[in-house]
Amino acid sequence: MDSWRGNLRVFWTLFTPGTFWLLIFFIIPLAWMFGISFSEKTSITETEFTGTLANYIRSFDAIYLQIIWKSIWISVLATVFCLLLAYPIAFGICFVPVRWKPLLLLLVILPFWINLLIRTYALIAVFRSQGYLNLVLGWVGLGPFEMLYNDGAVIMGLVYVYMPFMVLPLYATIERLDRSYLEASLDLGGSQFQTFWKVTLPLTMPGIITGIILVFIPCLGSFLTPDMLGGANAIMIGNVIERQFKSANDWPFGSALSFLLLYVTFAALALRAYLAARSTGADV
Amino acid sequence: MAETLKPGSGPLGYGTRLWLRSLFVAIFIALYAPIATLIAFSFNTAKRGVVWRGFTWDNYEKAWNNVALQEALLNSLTIAFIATIIATIIGAMAALFLWRFRFPFKPAYEGVMALPIVIPEICMGVSLLLFFIYTGMMGWSVGMPWPLNLINIIIAHVAFCFPFVAVVVRSRLVGFNRQFEEASKDLGASEWQTFWNVILPFMMPGLVAGALLAFTLSLDDFVITFFTSGPETVTFPVKVYSLVRRGVSPEINAASTVLIVITVIATIIAMKLQAPQKTGEG
Repeated sequence: MDSWRGNLRVFWTLFTPGTFWLLIFFIIPLAWMFGISFSEKTSITETEFTGTLANYIRSFDAIYLQIIWKSIWISVLATVFCLLLAYPIAFGICFVPVRWKPLLLLLVILPFWINLLIRTYALIAVFRSQGYLNLVLGWVGLGPFEMLYNDGAVIMGLVYVYMPFMVLPLYATIERLDRSYLEASLDLGGSQFQTFWKVTLPLTMPGIITGIILVFIPCLGSFLTPDMLGGANAIMIGNVIERQFKSANDWPFGSALSFLLLYVTFAALALRAYLAARSTGADV
Repeated sequence: MAETLKPGSGPLGYGTRLWLRSLFVAIFIALYAPIATLIAFSFNTAKRGVVWRGFTWDNYEKAWNNVALQEALLNSLTIAFIATIIATIIGAMAALFLWRFRFPFKPAYEGVMALPIVIPEICMGVSLLLFFIYTGMMGWSVGMPWPLNLINIIIAHVAFCFPFVAVVVRSRLVGFNRQFEEASKDLGASEWQTFWNVILPFMMPGLVAGALLAFTLSLDDFVITFFTSGPETVTFPVKVYSLVRRGVSPEINAASTVLIVITVIATIIAMKLQAPQKTGEG
């Protein structure tokens, strides 16, 4: 790697475009929104910076606190289900014959590339009261059940949509796992369960943490899934934010809520960095 | 060691365990059944309901003749096309920059560069909305003729696509043997000639993979577009969203199927191109 002083012309040429775009169309908008989160609304489209904390305080009104709390537990449950489903999948892919791996990985990743909206729409068609699932249940004399427009539907939708985010980091760590540890554990009389619990799981913890963060953050900030699958019954923070900008026109409050989401995101990333630093420290 | 054992016979032959295989099948069915039924029912003759009444191309014809959908698709493709070109160039330059140079605060810079990938989409969407409104770009773009009225969306798409391109291109560059670069310079080539004749050809698969990634990301984006688009500019996902709110119809299925086919093809090509780089990394 060259020192940046080595060739200033090349350095600045390569440095400028990305930094410019990132600064103007990412950092400045976020900084601006940060300022607005401390502003007061003066008319429909005007705000004035007053340094007020009122928007943040309002986020802790009972009604919003309830929505924040709901968003958190929906996201936690979705993340847990993702982990429980994705771990065996990732583990299985690592241990199938090599020729099957690319195909299985592709099958896991492919839905991730299909439009989020379309996947959610597909779920609606399956689970609505005249949907495919109720049709099938009807054949065996059950139902029809109302499966959409509740918290369960949102959790299921989030699991469906964000599963690939969990499988990939898990796959990456399990694949790197030194299998002689597992063999050693089994040779020394550990059962399959003990080996998994005491060897595999601790060794793959970095992948689990990455996966949890990769799923939890988008779940917490999700807007489309609760909007389409939750209806009026399962509102999450994302929906409240959307309303502040699309219909209620309370930008300062919407900005404050967005920043609450961002604070959680930064905390999660910092936690991950800390855990990563600690685990590499332990290895040395 | 496990590889030398007969498949399935060893204690680590989990891949052949029945319970794991059944779980695989169950999860893949759960993942694909909704999409498969969506595609299948785009060919259904029945207007409503879930009962198969017969095969037809009518829904595609209807979707194709729907002017609003056409316009939305054209917008989406135009945005994706322009955003991909800009994002690929900027992303590739950022990748080259991070790969080649050492400079103060590099980890912090890399962290900021990765932020658009990790922060919730809705935060980025609303911050850009505020930015466009306050700078007057929102009002300005509304009155502009096509395709200039798409400029806000294009800017937003470039902002979240180019860090992805940078990641893909940089992981390709890691496998580059810098001795080739030195040889080229020793033989009298300029910085530019070296880039054009030595580094660029090596980067190419990463560049194409990154571009395809940016294209699918842009084409698929709903949340950020939803916030940054003006009232007049509708993209394909935004249009589908407004249709879905009014109910399920085979026409939406047909339109969705077209989008699925486009993105799946782009993804598979991108993955094929990225595949060799993994072995290079070791």
